[in-house]
Amino acid sequence: MYRRLRTPSLWQEMNQLQREINSLFSSYGSPRLQSAPSYPSLNIWADEESVMVTAELPGVKAEDLDISVEGGSLTLSGIREPVELPDNGQVHRHERSHGKFTRNINLPFEVEVDQVEASLKNGVLHLRLPRAEADKPKKIAIQS
Amino acid sequence: MTEKKQAMEVKEQEQVEMESSERTRDIPCFVPRADIIETEEDYQLTLDMPGMDENRIDITLEKNTLTINGYSEFERPEGYSLAAAEYRIGDYERSFRLTDKIDQENIDATYQDGVLQLVLPKAEEAKARKIKVKAG
Repeated sequence: MYRRLRTPSLWQEMNQLQREINSLFSSYGSPRLQSAPSYPSLNIWADEESVMVTAELPGVKAEDLDISVEGGSLTLSGIREPVELPDNGQVHRHERSHGKFTRNINLPFEVEVDQVEASLKNGVLHLRLPRAEADKPKKIAIQS
Repeated sequence: MTEKKQAMEVKEQEQVEMESSERTRDIPCFVPRADIIETEEDYQLTLDMPGMDENRIDITLEKNTLTINGYSEFERPEGYSLAAAEYRIGDYERSFRLTDKIDQENIDATYQDGVLQLVLPKAEEAKARKIKVKAG
């Protein structure tokens, strides 16, 4: 057994556990009904005003990546180039997948398209999608 | 959040099996996916290690064991909570046992777009010498 000095928040731990259990159960059942893991995998972070989407895209160049946002829908598509095989080269392992990919997710709100920020650094895509002003909840004052 | 379309075959990321020794860092560790190509002159290794800092990647070659370590410096974005998680962030570790002698002085490593590229030139004595067989 070991003891942690820095204890992460309890909720963080519980959420992690829940995700792991969910993914464990989703791997049961008929393999035919299962969908292939989608690419790229996304992590989605949210606060009240915006959503941050991060994706691991090693080996994808910025010019080969297309990001489009339409209302409440985000589409990521691109291409991952294979490694160049030299003339007399012999392939021992080929584990890195390559090819075209497309992924579409629905966001929880309408996005202010002009203010979307995107950066691709060391193979990690960061997208910040702020909520559209028109879509924000409005406080209604009660008149006495 | 729902899914509409997907393509490209992807393998699940593999987590390092618990070995006899325990890691000191309290974050997950993954085996980076790799392509290995051998030519007459060298070995070319390509590893997917997204999100690393090039100064936090250690490559060691001891005898004929090549070990690649990448240490993650990920910090949770402040003020945000994780709404959906499909991948986990952690360190990377992988070792290879090389069969040929390597010219250790001329190993070349580059890290670009989250991909580590290693070129390990074969030592002079290990380079294949082709011998022509004459018909008798």
